Amino acid sequence: MASPVLRSLGRLAIAAAISLCLSGAHAVETTNVMIDNFTFEPAQLTVKVGSTVTWKNRDDIPHTVVSAGKFRSKTMDTDDSYSFTFTAAGDYKYFCSLHPHMTGTIKVE
Amino acid sequence: MGEFDHDHNEEGRGVSRRRVLECMTWAGTGVLWTVSGGVPRSLGLVGSAQAAEAAGMTFLQISDSHVGFDKPANPNALGTLEEAIGKINAMPVKPSFMIHTGDITHLSKAAEFDNADRIISQAKLDVHYVPGEHDFIDEEVKLYKERYGHGTKGAGWYSFDANGVHFIGLVNVVDLKAGGLGNLGTAQLEWLEDDLKGKSKSMPIVVFAHIPLWTVYPTWGWGTEDGARALDYLKGFGSVTVLNGHIHQVMQKVEGNVTFHTARSTAFPQPAPGAAPSPGPMKVADDKLRGLLGVASINFKPGDQRLAIIDTPLQG
Repeated sequence: MASPVLRSLGRLAIAAAISLCLSGAHAVETTNVMIDNFTFEPAQLTVKVGSTVTWKNRDDIPHTVVSAGKFRSKTMDTDDSYSFTFTAAGDYKYFCSLHPHMTGTIKVE
Repeated sequence: MGEFDHDHNEEGRGVSRRRVLECMTWAGTGVLWTVSGGVPRSLGLVGSAQAAEAAGMTFLQISDSHVGFDKPANPNALGTLEEAIGKINAMPVKPSFMIHTGDITHLSKAAEFDNADRIISQAKLDVHYVPGEHDFIDEEVKLYKERYGHGTKGAGWYSFDANGVHFIGLVNVVDLKAGGLGNLGTAQLEWLEDDLKGKSKSMPIVVFAHIPLWTVYPTWGWGTEDGARALDYLKGFGSVTVLNGHIHQVMQKVEGNVTFHTARSTAFPQPAPGAAPSPGPMKVADDKLRGLLGVASINFKPGDQRLAIIDTPLQG
């Protein structure tokens, strides 16, 4: 038989695991979009409502992400990032306002 | 002149509509332009024998100085700009003035504009600027216009006359549309049409803007969505020269009476279209860099058919 101390430790561990599990379930999903070689990677991304997407610029040239009427980042220099939390479902098409051939979509479900 | 240098003297020979002269080089300091009899011709490189022989009015083009850029492709963009200005000051014939085809700064910071001005002013020439997309990324988008917007329309377009040549500075880096290329917009095109009204068709026209007005490589956004409309208004003029930057390499095309030319950057080279995964700054061996940066000089000689353009690398 385990000692009372061990048993209470075990309960603690289970409680911790459950709380981790719960917080995991409720945590806001965070997803990254990398900017490399003038492309968004992934260019198409599906996330759940409430998720935060972070774009990170890994090019030696500044970029932006702009979704008309929805969100607009400041200019991101090398290694700068920008985050936006999606609170409503829908397809969010966005582009780089400096290099408009760079386009992407976030699908929020 | 090196193997990448080129010269587009076409005097005495008509250039057929179908004949497209296309040159591609990666190097350069600047292009020396000569306006001769209405048509700009490439003279060659700044400092070359041809530049010394050039008669008529000469003006200079510099581009894409990207002051503030400090990445591996060139950790000292301000230093290479200073070298380019040094080259200009050493030219045997002092140009009448200079045009800068945009991306003066890398990030539109006040200190970058200040540094650019401190160096460029050492040429002691009037400078006619048009903005690049890198000059409009300060928070309030006001620093470029405060410095260079006086007497301009809209986002900074304008025209002026010099030595019988009509110069038009256009802005094609604002209000860009998703998936698209450079953009002039309706207001600017209407202004252009009006600006050209009543001009004699024999008056040589020089149009300068940051992004190429012709479609160089749409996959990388190298072109202007409504550039063809601008060129429509220029039909019928005997001599039209279009000077651009943005692509950090020399390219030239002659189509009918229109000569298209892009200048080298003074900051860093970019790859030839499709030659790399992206148009980003191209890192080359340290001893190769100055062969890929440069300026251009243009000479106009009344009576000649074509402006002469000289692309000059910082070195080589």
